[in-house]
Amino acid sequence: MSLNARLLALLIGAGLPLASLAETPAPERDLNTIAIGMFLVFVMISLGITFWAARRTRSTSDFLAAGGRISGFQNGLAITGDWVSSAALMGIAALIYSTGFDGLIYSVVPFGAWPLMMFLMADRLRNLGKYTIADIVSVRFSRIPMRTLISLSSLVFVVGYLIVQMVGAGTLISNLFGIDYTAAQVIIGILIVLYVAFGGMIATTYVQLVKAVLLLSGASFICFAALFHFDWSVDGLYASAISNHPQGMKIMQPGGLLTDPISAFSCGLMLMLGGAAMPHVLMRFFTVPDARQARLSVFYAASFIGYFYLLTFIIGYAAIAMVMKDPRFLDANGLITGGANMAAIHLSEAVGGSFFLGFISAVAFATIVAVVAGLTIAGASAISHDLYANIFRHGKATDHQVVKVSRISAVCLGAFGVVLGIAFKDQNIAYMITIPFTVSSSVFFPILFLSMYWRGLTTRGAVAGGAVGLGLGVILLFLGPTIWGEILGHGEGIFPYKYPALFTIIASFFTMIVVSKLDDSPRARRERAEFDDQFVRSQTGVGAEAPAQH
Amino acid sequence: MDALHARISANPAFHALQAKRSRLAWTLCAGVLAAYYGFILMIAYAADTFRQPVHEGAVITLGVAWGAVVIVLSVGLTGIYVWRANREFDRLNARILEEAHRESHR
Repeated sequence: MSLNARLLALLIGAGLPLASLAETPAPERDLNTIAIGMFLVFVMISLGITFWAARRTRSTSDFLAAGGRISGFQNGLAITGDWVSSAALMGIAALIYSTGFDGLIYSVVPFGAWPLMMFLMADRLRNLGKYTIADIVSVRFSRIPMRTLISLSSLVFVVGYLIVQMVGAGTLISNLFGIDYTAAQVIIGILIVLYVAFGGMIATTYVQLVKAVLLLSGASFICFAALFHFDWSVDGLYASAISNHPQGMKIMQPGGLLTDPISAFSCGLMLMLGGAAMPHVLMRFFTVPDARQARLSVFYAASFIGYFYLLTFIIGYAAIAMVMKDPRFLDANGLITGGANMAAIHLSEAVGGSFFLGFISAVAFATIVAVVAGLTIAGASAISHDLYANIFRHGKATDHQVVKVSRISAVCLGAFGVVLGIAFKDQNIAYMITIPFTVSSSVFFPILFLSMYWRGLTTRGAVAGGAVGLGLGVILLFLGPTIWGEILGHGEGIFPYKYPALFTIIASFFTMIVVSKLDDSPRARRERAEFDDQFVRSQTGVGAEAPAQH
Repeated sequence: MDALHARISANPAFHALQAKRSRLAWTLCAGVLAAYYGFILMIAYAADTFRQPVHEGAVITLGVAWGAVVIVLSVGLTGIYVWRANREFDRLNARILEEAHRESHR
């Protein structure tokens, strides 16, 4: 896989770097008892939370939206937990370790999703939605076609993201903890099912929150301990990195990464628009009481995530300065043991000894479990609330039935994740992260954006455009350089770009606008007329879902 | 249209609030897009500028510094929006809702 592809996927917060671990099996490690002990502490705390949450989970609102009782601050931390995976820590450090500045680009660009989400979506989404993003478009559009499209796309998104996380996780965990790959998969699967099936959104939220605090503290400790080592001189740290790295001064400068402007633009657009419309993040807006708290959650999340990305500016270069020339972390050929993905992990040992190494390994495990839990509840809500309650039962399902279907879906998704994780073991799954991002940037973003900002959108237009975005995305990814070229061995792709998002986003918007303009059915006229009602509600919160009362 | 919604919609204060909110949102949006695409375009077309140190003798380059500034700027602009929305806009909104409810009880 090219460096460019690896770079890219990475910072989506997701699994690329983890995935690339799978390509270079690290040497067998001994059982890491400190790490396992600390992870067991995390497991016990999180199961305690789950037990507590299970007793407070009665209604659908409790299960899918934590009863709307999470505060903006707590939700901001939980969103940080959803967004920042251990790939973000290990992957960015690995990219900077290998390429310097070009790796840094992937700390900066994905972050653009946050302000966009705030300015364009957060208030309106909170005022229009209930449990899932399909609720937002059901305010004025025809329920069955819209929910079918959105919930199926959500499942494609969740499963694509899940495969990347599970495969990356299995490899990472077996490396760090010295346990078997399959055992790691099963442990993750069991924990997820326990959290989500019993504790629902309440447990998932608090597990995310604990994990976010652990990850931020761990990364802060690495950063400040490294700075301490250089007498708090950022310049000294960078100067030492420059003198250690074979590329010298070039690690502070842009290299040959973004030479193709179309790829760069397409990739940037995919990360920004796709990142602003991810179903497992957006559904977190419904766990807070009102638009005001939703805005605060975005602000807190943006602050924590921005802080984390700034830490990577130090951590990546500190790894060059402190790991690259330290014989403890090098193999017989003078290369870093376990590959560049281990740079942050080795750095944690260099600054904090074996105890801190154990802590960071445990945090990495906890991080994966929390991200997978967030995806699982997003998938479960698409099945129980959208497909079962609204489409299959036409909104006539009881609370009890919806919660039951949610629990069953969580168990099935957890088991399915383990099966996929084992099935895709040792495969190059890195390209898969472009699937969920292409779906969210070309299906969710255009539908959500036009439904809130353009009176003219109709059900027919939205469904046609969403289907074009989804279908074209899958086809272009398949015909692109990664699948058609590398995996199927044709050398190069029929479609020349790795990231089709630029084309699929344009096609999706274009189709929605043209089909809606041509749609003159009575239903379309009614939907346009209902825009005013929807607009008032989205702006003022009149008629918005209130938090559940107990 | 729902009667309450119709009364809100008929209130000029609602349209004033809405216009104010969207002006702020789109202005901030333009700022963010300029910072990000400026960063990407500089790397693609003006990498030499990004290779310069921030000042004579420094090891940190303009590229690294701009990267950090883009992140801080994004958080800052997000903060400006939240600050104005949670103070000013929410207060205006509450007044509009109150007027609409009062009329409906008349």
